[in-house]
Amino acid sequence: MPKYSFSVNGSKQTVEAEAEMPLLWVLRDLLGLTGSKFGCGIGQCGACTIHLNGEPMRSCLLPVADAAGQNIATIEGLATKKSLHKVQEAWISEDVAQCGYCQAGQIMSAVALLEKNSDPTDEDIDSAMAGNYCRCGTYIRIRKAIHSAAKATSIDQLAREA
Amino acid sequence: MSNFTLKKISRRAFFKKTGIAGGGLILAYSIPSIAKDGQPLVESSELNAFIQIREDGKILIYSGSPEMGQGIKTSLPMIVAEELGAKWSDVIVEQTPEVDTEKYGRQSTGGSYTLYRNWNLMREMGATAREMLLGAGALIMEVPKSELEAAESQIRHRRTNKSFSFAQLAGLAQRQPIPEKDSLVFKAREDYRILGTSKSQVDSLEIVTGVGDYGIDTKVPEMLFGCYEKCDAVGGKIVSANIDAVKELPGVVDAYIVKGNGKPNELMDGVGIVGTSTWSVFKAREKLEVVWDESLASKASWSDFESFAQTVKKEDSEDKINIGDIESSIGNSENTVLESFYEYPYVSHLCLEPMNCTAHFTKGESADKDHLEIWLPTQNGPRFQQFAESFYGLKKDQLTIHIKRMGGSFGRRNTNDYVSEAIELSKRSGKPVKLTWSREDSMKGDFFREGGFNKIRGVLDPEGKLVGWDEHLIRADYPGKPGFLTGPWPSAFPFNSIENVRASLSTFRLDTPTGAWRAPYSNTHAFVSQSFIHELASKAGRDHLEFLLEILGEPRWLAPGQVNALNTERAIGVLNRVAKESGLSKRPLDQGRGLGLAFYFCHAAHVAEVADVSISKNQEVTVHKITAAVDVGPIINMSGALNQVEGSIMDGLSTMIGQKITMENGRIQETNLDQYPVLRINSAPEIDVHFIQSDYDPTGLGEPALPPLAPAVANAIFAATGSRVRKMPLNELGYRV
Repeated sequence: MPKYSFSVNGSKQTVEAEAEMPLLWVLRDLLGLTGSKFGCGIGQCGACTIHLNGEPMRSCLLPVADAAGQNIATIEGLATKKSLHKVQEAWISEDVAQCGYCQAGQIMSAVALLEKNSDPTDEDIDSAMAGNYCRCGTYIRIRKAIHSAAKATSIDQLAREA
Repeated sequence: MSNFTLKKISRRAFFKKTGIAGGGLILAYSIPSIAKDGQPLVESSELNAFIQIREDGKILIYSGSPEMGQGIKTSLPMIVAEELGAKWSDVIVEQTPEVDTEKYGRQSTGGSYTLYRNWNLMREMGATAREMLLGAGALIMEVPKSELEAAESQIRHRRTNKSFSFAQLAGLAQRQPIPEKDSLVFKAREDYRILGTSKSQVDSLEIVTGVGDYGIDTKVPEMLFGCYEKCDAVGGKIVSANIDAVKELPGVVDAYIVKGNGKPNELMDGVGIVGTSTWSVFKAREKLEVVWDESLASKASWSDFESFAQTVKKEDSEDKINIGDIESSIGNSENTVLESFYEYPYVSHLCLEPMNCTAHFTKGESADKDHLEIWLPTQNGPRFQQFAESFYGLKKDQLTIHIKRMGGSFGRRNTNDYVSEAIELSKRSGKPVKLTWSREDSMKGDFFREGGFNKIRGVLDPEGKLVGWDEHLIRADYPGKPGFLTGPWPSAFPFNSIENVRASLSTFRLDTPTGAWRAPYSNTHAFVSQSFIHELASKAGRDHLEFLLEILGEPRWLAPGQVNALNTERAIGVLNRVAKESGLSKRPLDQGRGLGLAFYFCHAAHVAEVADVSISKNQEVTVHKITAAVDVGPIINMSGALNQVEGSIMDGLSTMIGQKITMENGRIQETNLDQYPVLRINSAPEIDVHFIQSDYDPTGLGEPALPPLAPAVANAIFAATGSRVRKMPLNELGYRV
């Protein structure tokens, strides 16, 4: 079986897998990183969202061969040793989750949105997050948490600039 | 203090000593060394089965009920912490480490009754431990117990302000007499510090960092990954399969033909494959060729059911409810009779975490030495214990059960089908096996929310008062179907509130398994009955709210003390509140925009909702806002309660917009999200929730805010357009979202 190397959350990983094996299963079953979730397997629910070179991507449809040599970020790599990511903090303080199963994917999409757009409107959020399904219907809180994370980010920036 | 010589005492010895072991209130016991003059203890102290106080000041509280997103793992411990006088930030919550109903009470969840059924037990647990800590404080401070109070994880002497932490007192507290249950005094609501506030759920950190431990994330050394193929038509028996070829495929370790017992909720015939990754066994499964004997398999057909519903005669139905004299009421020429036909489809649970289970069966020297360790996403651990004994002959002491957090359940994870499949694969491979269903497996193998049809007649007297209700319910049936799913339920509103009522039932044989789906029966009956009440109010030319209030009548509790019985005072309360908050009768609305009202009572909750909806010329639906008024007594966790109401409303909307499961020749036709539309964030309405925190015992919120949603939206569409919605989902009527 072929070998593939790529970076996951900043560390190099090499796996032996069939070329078409989706990255989701490489992460979950071969590397033990189960934060990215299996929901539909056809790219419709967004529970498996990861970042490929900073872009949000459905890992259930991404063959491992296409991930070779690329930078992959998953929910497990979002917090540093010192602190949670602002989006994670906002998710806790807004008590977004119900079952919580989709939230890793939601958070990865939200982080990618805020990296491009530091102060998104409701419409921006709706359009960036429409690919992430929440069976429990926590959408109102997702919007709120993204707004509050955006605010926290801008306060941080102001503090740095000052 | 020197009077207390402490030694380790086993739990069993303690039970013998105290004889306390009733009603789930079982006080477990272990003795650490005693605190001296404020010195910390060297290990944690277990004050009872639910509470351990650790030397670092942390207070471990067990949650006995499985968590599936309903928030019970946060709300039950909040009750314990409140009565205990703990500081919430000191509290750590863990799932009970074993299934033992004698020790922990019910340990199942469902019907939105978990909170209600545990309310007293949780208060007793907290108050018992508090009294023992107060007793310890009294001894150490040498003051009367009555001068002490428990708050913020401290026992404080009111007069001198002297205090000892729970951790300092825990060892001594264990030696205090266990107070009699009847002597316990619970806190008054005005003294609550934790209950009624908003707490982020206790697993929030694990969820947002991706380490939340769902069943599907189980990792066990040597574990294989498994899948299981069954006949697409329920009941197909296996004849043969090309398992030798499948075994040769990459990543496959082994494959097996498994014979089941023919019960869909236990074990059906199938082919199991185990391998080195979930993907490798899914991939191998594509090459699987199975010959099924379908002679006894389901031939279920939605279109046949539809035809039956169109042609079945009321005369051939069986009366289930008969109150007063409906025939005379209909026959009275002064009365007005209105007739309608309603339809609602089968829908899927669609838990985002697919069905899964991890099992490790180890063979003993004899059958009674066999052992099963299982990582189990379930709403009902005790039911699995019964199944393990009846199906596998495994007794409680042969089982190690880890109850896993669930990525949604909504009533789905009550069966043992996915559980037995994992056990079968572990038995055959001799290894731990994590079985995962694909999305398609999860949709095809669901126990669906049942669809059906209602032919319904309402009778208005000359004053426009509702005096008769004649409902002909048309539902599916199959051998082994749980009876409660079918209906009609005599206790349902408005059967319980009208002078002359008849409800009869016709059934059609349809072999598609159904099960509890968020607010069983109510989830469709509310749509039918509360839409039809609006039809009747309109027919009578009367205000919908006033018409509803007249049906409810005088403020009274239909069965005093019975939490499941309608209390019209509370019903009137939520109706008036939702009308006020939504501006129901006041707000001028644009063309094509309307407000719709609905009330329903189920799961011990009185809920009224108003939908604010616009319909464009090309039938595009915009749900601007849902206002809800809810009476479930005092709120335990405000954030959790709001989340459940918001989620139920989103679920109700998602379901009514475009979800429909159909079946032909026994096969489910919609098997993934590309064929089964779901509500996305861009269609999520604003939701405004108002709780009436009455003094009744608190009850649960996992379900009751869902049923009124569909009729509220349907009535709003009528208000906006003059078109009635008598069928779900809306997209079949040409509406688009």
